[in-house]
Parts: sequence; structure tokens; C-alpha cells
Amino acid sequence: MESKAKNQGQKRGAETVQRLLAFGALVILFIVFSLASPYFLTFSNVVGILVSTAVNGLLAIGVTFIIITGGIDLSVGTVMTLSSVMAAVVVKNLGLPVPLGILAAILTGTLAGIVNGLMVSKLKLPSFIATLGMLNVAKGLALVITDLSPIYFPLETGWNEIAMGSILGAIIPGFEIPNAVLIMFGSALVAGLILSKTVIGRYAFAIGSNEEAARLSGLNVGFWKTIIYGLGGFFVGIAGVVIAARLNSAQPALGQGYELDAIAAAVIGGVSLSGGEGSMLGTIIGAFIISTLTNGLRILSVPQEWQIVVTGLIIILSVVLDILRRRSRE
Amino acid sequence: MDEKLLSMQDIDKSFPGVHALDHCNFELRHGEVHALVGENGAGKSTLMKILAGVYSKDEGKLIFKGQEVEISNPHAAQEMGFSMVHQELNLMPHLTAAQNIFIGREPLKGLFLDDNSLNEKAQALFDMMNLNVDPWMKISDMTVAKQQMVEIAKALSFNSEVLIFDEPSAALTDVEIRELFRIIRQLKETNVGIIYITHRLEELKEISDRITVLRDGLFVDTVDTHETSIDQIIKMMVGRVIYESAPEVPEEPSQEIVLEVKHLSRDNALKDVSFQLRKGEILGFAGLVGAGRTETARAIFGADPFDSGEVIIKGKKVNIKSPSDAVAHEIAYLSEDRKRYGLCLGLDVKTNIVLTIVNQLTAFLGWVKEKLVNSISSDIVEQLLIRTPSLEQKAKNLSGGNQQKLVIGKWLARNADVLIFDEPTRGIDVGAKQEIYSLLNELASQGKSIIMISSELPEILRMSHRIVVMCEGRVTGELDYTEATQESIMRLATMRNGNNPNGHH
Repeated sequence: MESKAKNQGQKRGAETVQRLLAFGALVILFIVFSLASPYFLTFSNVVGILVSTAVNGLLAIGVTFIIITGGIDLSVGTVMTLSSVMAAVVVKNLGLPVPLGILAAILTGTLAGIVNGLMVSKLKLPSFIATLGMLNVAKGLALVITDLSPIYFPLETGWNEIAMGSILGAIIPGFEIPNAVLIMFGSALVAGLILSKTVIGRYAFAIGSNEEAARLSGLNVGFWKTIIYGLGGFFVGIAGVVIAARLNSAQPALGQGYELDAIAAAVIGGVSLSGGEGSMLGTIIGAFIISTLTNGLRILSVPQEWQIVVTGLIIILSVVLDILRRRSRE
Repeated sequence: MDEKLLSMQDIDKSFPGVHALDHCNFELRHGEVHALVGENGAGKSTLMKILAGVYSKDEGKLIFKGQEVEISNPHAAQEMGFSMVHQELNLMPHLTAAQNIFIGREPLKGLFLDDNSLNEKAQALFDMMNLNVDPWMKISDMTVAKQQMVEIAKALSFNSEVLIFDEPSAALTDVEIRELFRIIRQLKETNVGIIYITHRLEELKEISDRITVLRDGLFVDTVDTHETSIDQIIKMMVGRVIYESAPEVPEEPSQEIVLEVKHLSRDNALKDVSFQLRKGEILGFAGLVGAGRTETARAIFGADPFDSGEVIIKGKKVNIKSPSDAVAHEIAYLSEDRKRYGLCLGLDVKTNIVLTIVNQLTAFLGWVKEKLVNSISSDIVEQLLIRTPSLEQKAKNLSGGNQQKLVIGKWLARNADVLIFDEPTRGIDVGAKQEIYSLLNELASQGKSIIMISSELPEILRMSHRIVVMCEGRVTGELDYTEATQESIMRLATMRNGNNPNGHH
């Protein structure tokens, strides 16, 4: 009995160590950049890192749900763009109130997610293909709707304030952290709760772990997949709101390529591409690692093209570490 | 007590190209254990999967407690009170035992999962089963036997009226099978009807009340267990008489030593394992599940590393670091998990056969000589009597026995000298077993050296020239076929820490 409890403790310990590893990498990055440049560890720069993480973080939250089911979502970048375009259409072209614009963006993201989910569960398309199709459909629709040119939000609507205003700064003077950061952390918290504490999360892990077993256990796998893809799309819609507010416009040509950063954040954060494993905390840490790296290298005046190379190497390294970790566990 | 709980009448089911069930009948009474037997491909699993809602029937009637019912999906089957313990473990490895058992039926506290009550419910179930499993342990951290018990616990958790066991004992040790039988008897008391599919005929007498035999999708007969002998059942299964226990006198192997293993050790898994394998010899490896037999084989084959020890092939010390090194030294390892490690299931018969030698069958720029591939693979198919409609048939469409032959054929094409068979007849029906046995004998008489790992003592006794017995990672004894008995092997197999075995148990 005693050895059983000990074994249990060791297993729990090992999982904690895994989470700490990504967090440790983030801390090391902070220490290294702080030592290398006096401009890194300043309030305004750290806030800058937080803000630049927001959009990728939200997309990574969305894609994490889907990767955990054993699927992939390549459409998050352009669906985000389509969501921001729909918000702009509602607020600028139709002149409706801001909350309806937010609703339009979130609905668009959710709907695209549900369509992805239906393609995967009902038409039995591989998620790679279904979402690759959706990537192009969303990209094309965004261009068609905007007639190829950006839509700017009128300043008087205060749309920009959604991301760049600071509710926190109004409450605590001097603590001017933009709303975009709060939105990301709030979303991460909600998504984390859904993933670890509700049946939706439980079934995402179950389907990703062994889909056939989940089906034979009586789960309506198709239904739950559609829900989970829709949920992922919900957070992509929020990302659409945030990016449109940051830029104070809907940029139809933007978006493609964002999906790869989002997937990278999830993978760095320990989400297994074969499904069944991952956490929202890990994903958010992964998103921070990417933006901290980009920010730090820029402060050190490393050319942008080299920043991209380093990000690539980090992705490879994190997966190698994950494989080594797994091997040592066996 | 004679009231019928369930009756399946005139059930018919076809898959593309196969008439899996041809108007089969089956009935189950309250509180009985009804065994379902037949060779692989006889239709047992198909019949039961219809009951479990995995497949839908083409024709026929299902009558449950006097009423005709339709079962459209696994969920409907569970609702109705039918649970199935599947042959392939149907668990989600990343989830815990408790999460697996109650998947789809999680207790909730408001919007959120109530994992405390989930674990308590699972613990209560394990206590009832007298089982030592942690509800919060991940399935991937458990042994196969424990996983099987979780699967059984899951079926029990539905409080079902009909429980279907599809070969539950294949992965279990003798002690665990005792425990399983105890649980089954306990369930009988509560009037549950139990259907038990098995290949281990010796279990029938012990656990079943009635036996139904299927053959090639046809219903043969339902008989009372105590009025029927095992030989009669085998006769019904295969349509001919086979005496499974008929002994075969092995030919004497030569004295030439082909493979020698000295002091092989790794952590706690292997402790100072040494043995010799001679040319033309079948060397049996006996022991309980987890004794270190598979670990030994994998270490020799280079699939797992070892800390210390030597492998000597034909007098020369070799350094095998990977399976490809082993193959280069003409050693073959035929895993117990054929589907996972032995075959490319999605590829056809001929491609599987030439997989390890295809690099030798190429012309300029790696162009594969298709004619050569065809002639080599059709030779192998003929030699091993692999039943396949064509060389282009996909491996996954063959029966278990023929898949096993296909794996053997792959290594024959490679012309390996040392063949390590890990549980070569697991999950294979009686008829195909015979063919595998005679194949092994033929290979040995051709001068191949064979290591046969098996958990079935009759099989070890019947086939081996010599028997190495392992327990907890050590070799606890080596027996010649003239002196080996079930008792002497079991004594060595339970000799823990080199203690006097009489002091054990």
C-alpha cells in the first residue's frame, strides 16, 4: 500500500515536472534577455510582450481543443480574419452597435468551427483536408466581402478600446494593461476550466486518446467533435475581435500563417499532435515563449529573418525534448 | 429458471465478399454462462457485435425478455442492458481507470465534472471485484492484465442483464483467470446472463453451463456442457477430429550452437540471463506473464537496450544495437502483437512477404522487379498454405492464423537462421494452431533454430526439445523434454528470488 502511494506521488511529480519544463524555459528566456539588454525587463516592454501574445494565444487556445481530439485546424488564421471582417461589416457598413459587431465575429468563428466539425464527423474528411479547405474558403470570403480593401472602424465607435483600452488602468491608476491581455487570460481561464472540468474536455481527451474506444463506449463521437470544433471556433472569433480592435480595422489580406504560430504554441506547450494530451496552461506558456523570443531578439537587434529561424529551431527543440521525456518515462 | 432471457433467431449478416453469419440462432437463459466457440472466422465476434450494437444485422429477430428489440448503436445496447468486454482492449490510454469506466456517464456537480465521486464509484466497483487497481491511475501506466480488468469493471458498471466476454482470458495470468471466474460465478447468482467466447477449450468445462458452436458462419449446435466432451466440441468446431494433446517426438537437434546468450541484464527486467540455442532446435521459453521472456527476446533482437551481457552467434560475439543489426545477423523476431509489430495491415500479401528483402529485388535506380516479387511470394504462400484469394489481398483481410503464417513467410523469404516466436498461437483457432505447429517442426528439421515463447504449457511441452523457465527476470531452470512436466515447469516458473519453491504459495 505504501509503495503504491509512493508510485502515485512519483507519477504526479513527473507530470508536474513536464509543465514546469515549459515554464522554466520561459523564465530562462526572461533572465537571459534581461541580462542581455536593459530595455527588456521594463513595464512597457513586458506589457508589449503580453499584448503581442494576445492574438496568437487566443488562436492557440482554439486549436488546442482540436489537437487534443487528435485533429488539426489549419483554418484558424483566416477564419479569424473573416470574423474581424464580419464585425467591421456590422459596425461600419451597417452602422450597428459595437456589441453586435462582437457577436457577429464570435458567431462567424463558431459557425466556421461547427462546419469544420461537421465535415470531419459527418463527411469523414481528415481534419487536415477539411480545415485546409476552410482556410481558403474563409480567406476568399474575406476578400470578396471587403472587395479586397481594409475596412476601418470609425473612431467614435470606440472599437479600438476593446483591445487597447485599459479597464485595469481605470481601476488601478498606473497599471495600464490593455484589455487584450485581460481577454486572453480570461479566455484561457474559461478554456482551461472547460478542458479539465467539464464533459466537453473529458470527451476531447477520450476521442483523441482512442476514438474507436470512445465510440464503443456509447459516446456520440460525431456530435462531440462538432461541439469541440465549434468551441475552438468560438475562441478564434474572439481573436478576430481582438485583432480588429488592435488594428482598428479588418484587414482581409491578413491571417494566413497565423495558424502555424498557433499550432507551434500548442506544441511547445506540450499538446501532443497525436491527440489525448495537453493543457491550456501549457498552450499559453507556449504562446508566451514565442512572443518573448521574438521580442527579445528584436531588442537585441537580431534581424527579423533570423528571428524566424530561431522560432523554427525552438519548435523542433521542444518536440525533441517531449520525445526524450516520454522515452525516459517508459 | 428456464425462462429465456434473450433469443437471437435466424440472424444473417454479410460483409462485402463474406457471408459472416448464415441464419444463426442463439439463446441465453437467466443466470447461465453460455460459451460461444468456433474457429476464427466462424462468426462468434460478429454475432456478439450485433448484440452490442457495433454492427447491425441484415436479417433475423432479437427477442429480449419476450419482446422483439432493435439495437441501432452501442449506446442503445448499453441502455438495454447489454455490455460487451471487447477482445481488442477498448480503452482510452490517456484517461484514468475511473474516467474510462464511466465515460459518457460522468457524475456532475452543476456544470462541472465531479471527479471525487467518479473515483469513489470506481473504487467501490473494484472493491466489489476484489481488485487492486487505483481508480486514478492512467491506463497507459497499467499492465495489459490490469487493463483487461478495467475493461471488465466497465462492463459490470452498467448493471447489465447480459454480459458478453470476448476472449477475456487471452491476456490474463492463471491467478487473474481464477479471479475472473470468481466474478463470473458471483454475477450468475444475481441472475445475469453471461456469454463467454473463448479459444481455451479447457476453460469451457470449468465455467460454462451450455456451449454453442459456430462454424463458417453457420450454427452447428447448442449442447449442455456436462454431457459433452472436449473432443466432441472440437469435432463440431472443425468438422473433423483433432486430438489437441497428441504428443510429437521432436527430432534430435545437432550439437552445433547457433546462438549463445551470456549474462544478459537490464535494471530489474533481466537478471543474468544465459542460455544456448542449437541448430535445428526448438527451445521453449516458459514462465508466467511478466517473467521477462519477451524482454529477453527484444533485447537479443536489439529492440530494447541491455546493460550488460553478451550475444554470441555461431561462435562470434556480436554487437546488436537495433532490429536491423539483428536482421543482418539473420535473427527474426515474431511479436505476439502481430497486428502492431508484425505486419503492414494495409498492404497486400506479397508486399508483406518481401518487405525485408525488397532491397535485393531491385533493378537500376531501385525499380522493383515485380515478377520476382510475385514468384517469391507465391512460393511462400504455397509452402505455408496461406489461405488468401490472391497475392494482392490486403493483410488485414486475412484471418488471425493466416496473418501469423504471413509473418512467418516474411521471415522465411528473408531466410533467417534464428526465429524467435513470441506466443505464436495466441488468438489462433485449433485448426490453424496445428498448422503452425507442424510448420515449426518442419522449420526445425530444415535446420532453423527456433525460440518459442509461450504461456500455454501443453504447447511448450509438446513442441520443445528443451525448455528454459523464467521467473521475475531470471532463468530459474532448464529442462530437457524427457524430464519436463507441467508440474516441474510451474515449480520453476514460480521460484521467486531463488527461494525454495516449496516455501512459496
